[in-house]
Amino acid sequence: MTPARLARRLSRRLSQRQALVLLVLLLAGTVVLLELLGSGYHRTLGALTLINVMLAVSLTMTNGFTGLFSLGHPAFMTLGAYVAIAFTYPAARKSFAMPDLPAVFSGIEWPLPVAALIAALAAAAAARLVGASVLRLKVHYLAVATLGLIIIVQSLALNLDGLTRGGRGLTGVPRSAELWLIALATLVVVVGCWRLKHASIGRAMLAVRENEMAARCFGIDAVGLKITAFVLGAGVAGFCGALLPHVVAVMTPKSFGLMLAFNLVAMIVVGGQGSILGAIFAALAFSLGSEALRPVEESLGLYGMTQVVVAVALILVLIWRPKGLFGLDEPLVEVK
Amino acid sequence: MSGYLLQQLVNGLTLGSLYALVAIGFSLIYGVVRLVNFAHGDLMMIGAFSTLGLVAVGEVAWAFVPLLVMAGGFAAGGVIERLAFRSLRGAPMITGFIVTLSASVAIQNLGLMILGAQPRNFGFPSVFRERLALGPVNIAVIDLAIPAATLLLAGAVVLFVQRTRLGIAMRAVSENAVAARLMGISLNRAVLAAFGLGGALAAIAGLFWGGKFGQIDPLMGFVPGLKAFVATIIGGVGSVPGAVLGGYILGFAEVAFVGFMPSEYSGYRDAFVFALLILILLLRPQGLFGREEEERA
Repeated sequence: MTPARLARRLSRRLSQRQALVLLVLLLAGTVVLLELLGSGYHRTLGALTLINVMLAVSLTMTNGFTGLFSLGHPAFMTLGAYVAIAFTYPAARKSFAMPDLPAVFSGIEWPLPVAALIAALAAAAAARLVGASVLRLKVHYLAVATLGLIIIVQSLALNLDGLTRGGRGLTGVPRSAELWLIALATLVVVVGCWRLKHASIGRAMLAVRENEMAARCFGIDAVGLKITAFVLGAGVAGFCGALLPHVVAVMTPKSFGLMLAFNLVAMIVVGGQGSILGAIFAALAFSLGSEALRPVEESLGLYGMTQVVVAVALILVLIWRPKGLFGLDEPLVEVK
Repeated sequence: MSGYLLQQLVNGLTLGSLYALVAIGFSLIYGVVRLVNFAHGDLMMIGAFSTLGLVAVGEVAWAFVPLLVMAGGFAAGGVIERLAFRSLRGAPMITGFIVTLSASVAIQNLGLMILGAQPRNFGFPSVFRERLALGPVNIAVIDLAIPAATLLLAGAVVLFVQRTRLGIAMRAVSENAVAARLMGISLNRAVLAAFGLGGALAAIAGLFWGGKFGQIDPLMGFVPGLKAFVATIIGGVGSVPGAVLGGYILGFAEVAFVGFMPSEYSGYRDAFVFALLILILLLRPQGLFGREEEERA
């Protein structure tokens, strides 16, 4: 093969099937590599990175597809985390750590996948409840209302000591979030959002984002689609929130707060709001980059430096490339 | 009237004044650029820490400290506008939001980097701590100083907006930015004035906040800032008297919630404020006193 032909072949976009195979291979390869060769630190980093990928992809669906501006992901994550822990926490310690837990839960110790799915449903149900009203709000009110949602959920978690041990946090959460489970979930979320984006419902969502009034004139149920996007995103957030304490073994009311909301928004804006691959790249870059900066931050004693870097980078991206890396597009992969 | 009730009223008045001072800035800025400036609350932090700095230097007579702090707040507001927002004017609303949020995160974390996370004691000026006997209760000087200063400053802002050329220019821009520019009004000056004035008021609110609660830290501004935005919404975004009124309504409501509910609920005070926000937005999205903005294609 001549170099020119090779270059042409390499520059051609992958078909969707090839991309799917590649994604499966990458995820499986990462899991196998980390399980065989990685230390505990590497496995934790891998798990957190994949969870960030899921969170970013789900937020790019909620915010990017329909043009909403919700900052509420951490609220649903917190809810999901506590719901899941109610099912998975060691039964022997429940009466001590969570005395107010209803008696039904006291004897049970369910596997994490089941608990995380229940958490996802709970978060989605909560989002349905809140969303029906909140999503009628205009952009800036929705942003503040969803920030308020985070603060409301955090105060509930902080004050319901009997369920959450309040500010002391729940320690000794079983480390049962296996890498293969997280990788499988990532695959489902990424492929699901991809299919959604390129199906008729996704196109309708994008129409709402581009011009809500015009979309409504075409008979598209704008509010209904926004609620759908919000509920689906919250479900994934609840699922990820359920996984996270089972990676790091601790859950506190402040685990998922305003800073996380900001970082997630930063990821999807840098990737291009609505671009799934953009969200994946940005989540990878953010997770690995901030982990790389952490020792620098610690050795200089300048705590907060990473956040400043992220915030300033975000402002610069918005000034020079307001659509992010890819805008709404998907690079590398052929979309029919 | 019982002493307890009177003390609660005073607390509501003080807290309401602080919200009002910050809320005016939200309203002014929203008026000219149609943007909720999430970084606005962090100017309180800047104001509080610059007070500490000025006091530590010790060369300045204490009566001048508030003036210098307000000048600093004006400058900080202007700098934020110039660095972060000017190049994005006319960008979609969501972009504006993310930029203000980024600015807020950057300011908070710069604060953490430079000042450290440890809260500092704030005892300025010591005359604030003295108490005056008024009938059945002792009222701290600060609880009288804050509402008095707030009403004075709010009055000055209203006069400025109504009477001066720059104030009229700001109102024109907020009514219709394109038409205002066609009339030869400098958009940049009006926007700078809004950010600067808002910054000055937020900075002095930071000084008062420190004086009232006695402790400050680099993250002190964000949640009170959000609550002041709730006050702005209550009063109807874009109106200065509305912002002041909203500030007092929120201040009294919050103090009433903490003061008259059983004490196990007082941990929910922030939750209460934001639940109130969501409720108000649902029932009257334009605020209690605002007018509805029409939606145009």
